[in-house]
Amino acid sequence: MVDLTELGVAEARDLLANGEILSRELTAAHLEAMAARRDLNAFITETPERALAMAEASDERRAAGEAGALEGIPIAVKDLFCTEGALTTAGSHILQGFAPTYESTVSAKLWRAGAVMLGKANMDEFAMGSANVTSYYGPVKNPWRARSGPSAGKDLVPGGSSGGSAATVAARVAPAAIGTDTGGSIRQPASFCGIVGVKPTYGRCSRWGIVAFASSLDQAGPLTRSVRDAAIMLGAMAGHDPRDSTSVDMAVPDYEASLAGGAQGLRVGVPKEYRLDGMPAEIEDLWQRGRQWFEDAGAELVEVSLPLTKYALPCYYIIAPAEASSNLARYDGVRYGLRVPGDDLIDMYENTRGQGFGIEVQRRVLIGTYVLSAGYYDAYYLQAQKVRTRIAEDFDQAFKDCDVILTPTAPSAAFPIGEKMDDPIAMYLNDIFTVPASMAGLPAISIPAGLDGAGLPLGLHVIGRAFDEETMLRAARVIEEAADFTARPPAA
Amino acid sequence: MALDKQTVRRIARLARIKVPVGRLEPLARELANIIGWVEQLGEVDTEGVQPMTSVVHMTLKARGDQVTDGFYRDKVLANAPEADHGFFTVPKVLE
Amino acid sequence: MSEQAQLIKGDTGDWEVVVGMEIHAQVITQAKLFSGAATEFGAEPNTQVSLIDAAMPGMLPVINMACVRQAVRTGLGLKAKINRRSVFDRKNYFYPDLPQGYQISQYKQPVVGEGTLTVDLKDGSTRQVGIERLHLEQDAGKSLHDRHPAKSYIDLNRSGVALMEIVSKPDMRSADEATAYLEKLRAILRYLGTCDGNMEEGSMRADVNVSVRRPGAPLGTRCEIKNVNSVRFVRLAIEHEARRQIEILEEGGAVDQETRLFDGAKGVTRSMRSKEEAHDYRYIPDPDLLPLELDEALIAELRASLPELPDEKKARFMDEYGLSAYDAQILVADRETAAYFEAVVGDARRDPKLAANWVLSELFGRLNKESKDVTEGPVTAEQLGGLIDLIADETISGRIAKDVFDEMFASGRDAAAIVEEKGLKQITDTAALEVVVAEVVAGAAAQAEKYRAGNQKVMGWFVGQVMRATGGKANPKLVNELLRKKLEG
Ligand SMILES: [Mg+2]
Ligand SMILES: [Zn+2]
Repeated sequence: MVDLTELGVAEARDLLANGEILSRELTAAHLEAMAARRDLNAFITETPERALAMAEASDERRAAGEAGALEGIPIAVKDLFCTEGALTTAGSHILQGFAPTYESTVSAKLWRAGAVMLGKANMDEFAMGSANVTSYYGPVKNPWRARSGPSAGKDLVPGGSSGGSAATVAARVAPAAIGTDTGGSIRQPASFCGIVGVKPTYGRCSRWGIVAFASSLDQAGPLTRSVRDAAIMLGAMAGHDPRDSTSVDMAVPDYEASLAGGAQGLRVGVPKEYRLDGMPAEIEDLWQRGRQWFEDAGAELVEVSLPLTKYALPCYYIIAPAEASSNLARYDGVRYGLRVPGDDLIDMYENTRGQGFGIEVQRRVLIGTYVLSAGYYDAYYLQAQKVRTRIAEDFDQAFKDCDVILTPTAPSAAFPIGEKMDDPIAMYLNDIFTVPASMAGLPAISIPAGLDGAGLPLGLHVIGRAFDEETMLRAARVIEEAADFTARPPAA
Repeated sequence: MALDKQTVRRIARLARIKVPVGRLEPLARELANIIGWVEQLGEVDTEGVQPMTSVVHMTLKARGDQVTDGFYRDKVLANAPEADHGFFTVPKVLE
Repeated sequence: MSEQAQLIKGDTGDWEVVVGMEIHAQVITQAKLFSGAATEFGAEPNTQVSLIDAAMPGMLPVINMACVRQAVRTGLGLKAKINRRSVFDRKNYFYPDLPQGYQISQYKQPVVGEGTLTVDLKDGSTRQVGIERLHLEQDAGKSLHDRHPAKSYIDLNRSGVALMEIVSKPDMRSADEATAYLEKLRAILRYLGTCDGNMEEGSMRADVNVSVRRPGAPLGTRCEIKNVNSVRFVRLAIEHEARRQIEILEEGGAVDQETRLFDGAKGVTRSMRSKEEAHDYRYIPDPDLLPLELDEALIAELRASLPELPDEKKARFMDEYGLSAYDAQILVADRETAAYFEAVVGDARRDPKLAANWVLSELFGRLNKESKDVTEGPVTAEQLGGLIDLIADETISGRIAKDVFDEMFASGRDAAAIVEEKGLKQITDTAALEVVVAEVVAGAAAQAEKYRAGNQKVMGWFVGQVMRATGGKANPKLVNELLRKKLEG
C-alpha cells in the first residue's frame, strides 16, 4: 500500500483517476498528518469536516464521471484567501471571528476543479513578513532542521509570508497549497522549505477575495513538491476574472504540456548585478551549479544587466507600505472583525487598530502613511513609481537577449525563529532576489536545488517574461531534473 | 520634517493607530532607520521617466450598467461587531 | 446688471463678494460607480449594498462605463475639454460611512477639464462662469445621528453611488449670480439626463466658496460652506457669509480659511473647526484600477448624441420664433417647458408670440397657483394649441379665451367643446349686431351727442355697452366698425 501523504498532485490525480484510491482515503491520510504535525503550527484553522465532506462529494462526482482537473486532491489554503463560512484572519487579530460570506475567485476555481480544503494555513500578518513570525497565531516552524552549525538544534523559520503553506507541503501534510506573493512570499518560503513555489505574472490570477496587502504586487500562486504539480495547480488557479480590473483576459495555456520542452534553444540570462557584496559562498556556488546545469542540458547562457537591482528592495519598501496603508484602512472595527471600545469614535478606531494590528503591520502602515503624507509624496512614492518603471524597462531590455533569467531565490537558508526580529531591514533583505521580478510584474519560480552545509534546502529562482509562464516552467523543469532534489525534512 | 517622536504621533493619528507613549521614541528610531534606507532611491536618475501606473499592459475593464448585486443585507451585516435595525452602529459621531 | 449694483456697502466703503462653487451631482445610472448594486433613492437601509460597497476584505472595484459616459456628456454640455486619459485616486480618511477608509475620486487628472457655463441673469443679461474641472467619485454612505442617544447609525445604500464633482472658477460676484449659476447648471444636467438635480433628496449638493475684497483688490481669504441643500439656502449662505466676513475685516480682523456649515434654521454659517482635524488625504492612484482611457470615437459618439441644450435652444427660439431674450430664456429653463411651448406652436406654426404669451402668463400663472410644473398641468399642449386656433380664426375673442382656459384648466376638456357647449362663439353676424348697436345708441342719446361733438373717448363706453349686451361674445372689431357707422352715419 502506498503512503498516501507521499503522493504529489500528479501522482494522486493518476491514482484517483485509475480508481486505485478514493479522495476520502487520500484526504483522511492528510488530515491525520495534519493532526500529527500540529507542532508546526502551520494552520490557523483546520477544516477536517469540510475536507471529508468535500472528499465524499468528489468521490461521488468521479463516480458520476464528472472529474475536474484536481478532482479529489486535498490542499491547504493560505489564510489570506476569503473562504465562505470558514474563519479568515490574514494572520491578524483585527479579523477576529471574520467568516466571509463569499469565496475568493482562486479558491472557488480550485473547488470547481474538484480540490478539497484541508484548512487555512498560517501566515505572516497581512502577508507582511519573510519568516512567518508576525502571525497573531504564533510562528510557524520549518519542518527542516539544521544538521550542524549555529542553527543546529533550533526551530527554524519556514520563510514568509506563505510560511504555513510551505511548511505544510514540505512536511507532507498537503500535496499542494496556495499562497500569495507580493515581494517573494511564495518563492522565499518555498526555498526555505525545499519545495517549488510559483508567483505567476501579475494579472494572471484573480485577486478578488484575497485580503489585499499591496494591490499592484499581490499575486496568488501554488506551492508544491514538483514543477509538474505547480503547473497543474497554476492551470486551475489562473484565468480572467471580470471582477478584478487588473486580471488579464488571456487564454490559460496547458502548463503541464509546456514542461516537456527541455533546455534546447533556451537562452538563460544571468544578471551580473545579482552578485551582491557579501553573498554567501554557498549561494554563489548553488547559482554556479544552476548555470552549469543549464549549460549541460543544452541551454545558452547570456550575461544580462539589470542595473537597478539594488534599488528594487527600497523601492518595494515605499510602494508596498504605501498601498498597504490605504488597503488596511478598512479594518476599523465598524463592519467586521475586532472592535475595541473607546471613549469616542476616534478612540475606538485607534484602540481597534492599535490592538488589532501587530508590530510589523503597524510599522508598515506608518511608513506608508508617512511617505504619502503632504509634502513627501513626490520624494518617496512618485520617485519609487518612476524607479519601478525603470526596473521594468531593465527587464524588458534583458529579455531581448534571453528567454528566462536565473538567480538564487534567497540570500540564505532558513534561520532560527527569533533571529532578525529586531532588525527590520535585515529581515527585509530576505527578499532581495525575489523583489525585482515582483516590481516588474514578472512570473518567477523557486525550485529546490540543493542543501547548504547544515543540510538545509536552498532554491534557485527562474524569472520568465510577462505571461510566459510556459517557458519559465520548462526552464524550471530543467533545473529540477538536474538537481534531482530528493532530500526531505525529518519526520516529526 | 525629520522622523521624530512628534512625527510618529502625527502619522499614527492619521493612520488611527494608538501608540503607547513609551513606544513613540523607539518607533521613531525604527521608522527613521527604514526611511533613511529607502532614501537611497533618490540616487536613481528618473528625469523624464513616467511613474508606473500598471505593471503589465492592459486596458481598464468595465462593467455594464445593470443591477447585478446587493439585496442581501444579512450578508452585509453578518460580521458586524454591532448592528441594530439593519444599520451598523458606532459610538455617536459629533457633527 | 451693472458691476456697481452688486457691491455691498460696508461702514468703511464698498466690498465685492467673490463666489466659486463645487457641486456634487449624483449621476443617473442604474448601478453604482464600481459595483453592481442599485442606486435608487429611499430603499431600506443597507439593502442596496454589495460586498464591494461595504468594503469587505478582498473586494475590488470594476468601473461602470455608463457613469463615465454620463460624465463625458456633462463635460461636453459644459463645453469643456474631455481628457482622453484620467486617473482614479484614493482619498484617504476615516469616517464610519466611508467603508474603504478612502474615497475613490480623481485628483490630479480628472475626466473633464476646463469649460464654461453661460449664466442667465434676471434682467436678461448673461455672464460667463468658468468651469475648472469635473471629476467622477464615489459617494459615501449616510450616518444617522438622531436614532440613538449614544450611537450613530450607518446606512451604506449611498456608498459607492457615482457623483460628478463640478468645480467652478471663482467667477461669481453676487448671490444672484451664484443662484443663477446653480439653476443653469441644474437645467443643463437635466437636459442631458445626467443628474436629476433634486437637492431635497441630496442628488445635488453645493459647497460654496465665499470671500470678499475691495473692488479690484486681489482675492481675499475664502471660507468653504459645505452641503448647502437648496437654491434659497445658497443665496442666504452667501449673503450671510459675505456680511460676516465684511464685519470681521471692517473691525480690523482677518478671515480664517476654514470650512463652515450653513444652518438653514437660523440662516447663519458656523465653523466646523471642531470636526476638522489637520486633513492630509494622502492621495494615491488606486492600484486596483487602471487609468481611464477614452478614445476619440467614443467622445464623438457622445457628442453626436447630445440634445439641444438651453443656450442653443434659446438662440433658436429668438431666431426662429422671434421671441424676446427674456421670454426665450424662461421657456428654455427646463426641457419640458420648451417642449410644451414648441408643441403649442406645433406643425400648424401657430403664432409663436401668442403661444409664448399663453404659456408664460396664462398657463404658468395657473400652474404656479397650484404649485404644479408643466408636466403636471391638466391642459395638454395640443389643447392649448386648439384654444389659440379659436382665437386666431376669431371664433372667440381673447377675453372669452381666458374664461375658456379657466374651464379647460378645471376640467381638462378641449376648448372647442367648451365654446360649443356654452355658446361662447363670437358674434360676427353683422345683421344681428346692427340690431344691438342700434338699441344701445338709441338708449344713450346724450353720449351719442358727445361723440358727434368730437369726444372720441365715448366710443370705448359704447363698445363696453355692446359687449355687455352680448355677454362678451361680440366681435370687438366688428362692434367698433358698426358703432362708428351708426354714430357718424
Ligand atoms: Mg471638493
Ligand atoms: Zn467631492
